[in-house]
Amino acid sequence: MYKIASRKALNSTVTQLEIEAPLVAKKALPGQFIILRVDEDGERIPLTVAGTNKEAGTVKIIFQIVGATTEKLNHKMEGDYIQDFVGPLGKATELEGLKNVCIVGGGVGCAIALPIAEALHEMGANVTSIVGFRNKDILILEDEFKACSNELVVTTDDGSYGEKANVTVPLRRMLEAGKQFDTVITIGPLIMMKFVVATCKDFNTPCVVSMNPIMIDGTGMCGGCRLSLNVDGKKVTKFACVDGPDFNGYEVDFDEAMSRGRMYFDYERKKHEEACNLFKEAK
Amino acid sequence: MAIDPIKHEMPTQEPLVRAHNFDEVALGYDEETALAEASRCLNCVNKPCVQGCPVNVRIPEFIAKIKEKDYEGAYQVINSTSSLPAVCGRVCPQENQCEGKCTLGIKFQPVGIGRLERFVADYHNANSTAAPVVPESNGHKVAVVGSGPSGLTCAGDLAKKGYKVSVFEALHTAGGVLVYGIPEFRLPKAIVAKEVETLKALGVDVETNVVIGKTLTIDELFEMGYEAVFVGSGAGLPNFMHIPGEEFKGVYSANEFLTRSNLMKAFRDNPETPIMKGGKVAIVGGGNVAMDAARTALRLGAEHVYVVYRRSMEELPARKEEVEHAIEEGIDFQLLNNPVEILGYNNPEDPRDPKNGFVTGIKCIKMELGEPDEKGRRRPMPVEGSEFTLDVDAVVMSIGTSPNPLIKDTTPGLEINNRGGIIVNEDGLTSRANVYAGGDAVTGAATVISAMGAGKVAAKAIDEYLSSK
Repeated sequence: MYKIASRKALNSTVTQLEIEAPLVAKKALPGQFIILRVDEDGERIPLTVAGTNKEAGTVKIIFQIVGATTEKLNHKMEGDYIQDFVGPLGKATELEGLKNVCIVGGGVGCAIALPIAEALHEMGANVTSIVGFRNKDILILEDEFKACSNELVVTTDDGSYGEKANVTVPLRRMLEAGKQFDTVITIGPLIMMKFVVATCKDFNTPCVVSMNPIMIDGTGMCGGCRLSLNVDGKKVTKFACVDGPDFNGYEVDFDEAMSRGRMYFDYERKKHEEACNLFKEAK
Repeated sequence: MAIDPIKHEMPTQEPLVRAHNFDEVALGYDEETALAEASRCLNCVNKPCVQGCPVNVRIPEFIAKIKEKDYEGAYQVINSTSSLPAVCGRVCPQENQCEGKCTLGIKFQPVGIGRLERFVADYHNANSTAAPVVPESNGHKVAVVGSGPSGLTCAGDLAKKGYKVSVFEALHTAGGVLVYGIPEFRLPKAIVAKEVETLKALGVDVETNVVIGKTLTIDELFEMGYEAVFVGSGAGLPNFMHIPGEEFKGVYSANEFLTRSNLMKAFRDNPETPIMKGGKVAIVGGGNVAMDAARTALRLGAEHVYVVYRRSMEELPARKEEVEHAIEEGIDFQLLNNPVEILGYNNPEDPRDPKNGFVTGIKCIKMELGEPDEKGRRRPMPVEGSEFTLDVDAVVMSIGTSPNPLIKDTTPGLEINNRGGIIVNEDGLTSRANVYAGGDAVTGAATVISAMGAGKVAAKAIDEYLSSK
């Protein structure tokens, strides 16, 4: 069992937990993920590490309530325990040698992008951050991004805060203005990452994406997280858990990843409704 | 009394009943049948059966105890060389091992050694209350990576000699393939849990949720004071055929399909674990894992299950008994057929049609057997123009695995062969000092008992090394 050392609601649907897991805290690097189970018989879900406190032995995770498991997790309070917590899994984001980087985060993906931005900032790299949200109410981590970015652009879909635009608009504007990035690193919904990659392609700017497919074991055993890359015109199968989660965005087949991500869509939606009803009844 | 030429039959659930439940298929001998079967053992001088067993269970000796009705004594004989009697009695391919060597088998059917082993182990588990004697500590610490058959065997053998053993398991439950791979109807999970508990009672620590190569490296285990490490991390990433359509929703690897059912308990209708149920399912492959996947699909509610295999029944690598059980249950063997494409739904009018991207069929080509290959197996050759389509809703690829990269990538100096398996000598020692390995991590996908044999060999070598230090 793993103790919840702290809990903080970042907005109405996004929560931050710090979990006591000293071995994971010692090892985890930006870009890596963990797998947790809330309770016995629970589903194994992957969540990217949002930060660590090596002295306290805690690992920070930030999640959005999207299904039954995250609903249950959101009902766990400080001092409660979760059943399983394993990691760090996957490869860390490759940051070595980067001097000028644009981080593009979308929604709760910003939580994963933040430790990467912070690590780059600490390395002395020039960090430009573009973070996008649907609206002002679900904006998270603005101060944290401000602290580690040389330039920060916040966008909202409805214009309720910052620039009314998709994240690709300021990105394109910067690239058109001649801004040079060693690479763009983007983390967020698949559809957003797909268009960030397309924007980068227009300017021959490299783009790294962080994939978050359906997973079970997360250690290279089940193959559920496989995705297709187009490498020099050849289709190559890769496994996000051991080969990723970061990939060269130019090579990722996003349409396939989006389709595969919806495999259990109906099932999950129904299960989430049932879980919500249970919590309502309990109240 | 003349010897009965026929092995006593194993009572089983009726095929059409068991095809719809996950209860164990084979029900086990009762005492009377066990005594009758034991009486068939000639107690011959050569004991070829013992050589046939990868962990050298003293078979005639335990059968003699059965004859005396000393079933606990029989268990102690088995347990002195095998850490997992109740498991082996169920899943070993005895026909190629002990029973394949049985003297009686030259003229008649061999003694039902596996069935007797199971009888003895089940008797012990049902009746024994004695806690195992914890041996005196010898002060040495050994780490075991993976809690599958090789790791548990290695841990058990060392613990019995007084070593302090820690087993590190990546998943949330101990047992490795015995838990995530082999289904309940062949090996009830309660039996695996019991075997793990027995090891814990011997003083073995089992640490779940630790991925060696990620959470800790092999080198860190040595820094933590472990004097030797056994790597029994099992087989790795599932293979795919690299044919068009493998990305469609409803295409599973056997590892994923079985893990969802077994470890994540979809077989018990765990609402937390979605899995494709019902409809028609094609399993691609002919090994024991393919049989497990096919019979699992049937039990989950599939209306029709095909096994698509490119060679003929003669070459099918699964255990004969499993194939017979599958046929009795109504699995449809599509032999001498090879998949060339998986077909998926695509509504050109509506890209948002929720059915888009789901499997609708599997296109196969008929095969014929040509000249024998280097292994002597006749090579299957496609028959030109013979393509046909099976309408299915799910496809399970059960065509083997490739080694997991996690330990290799984080252990400098650990040599692997061109197939990715860890290279070991006859003692199970790797290219790294004090690092031993065995099981599928070395050989690629093989059997439970061969992995146990490798765990045993390594335990012996580790003991010889550490006790002489």
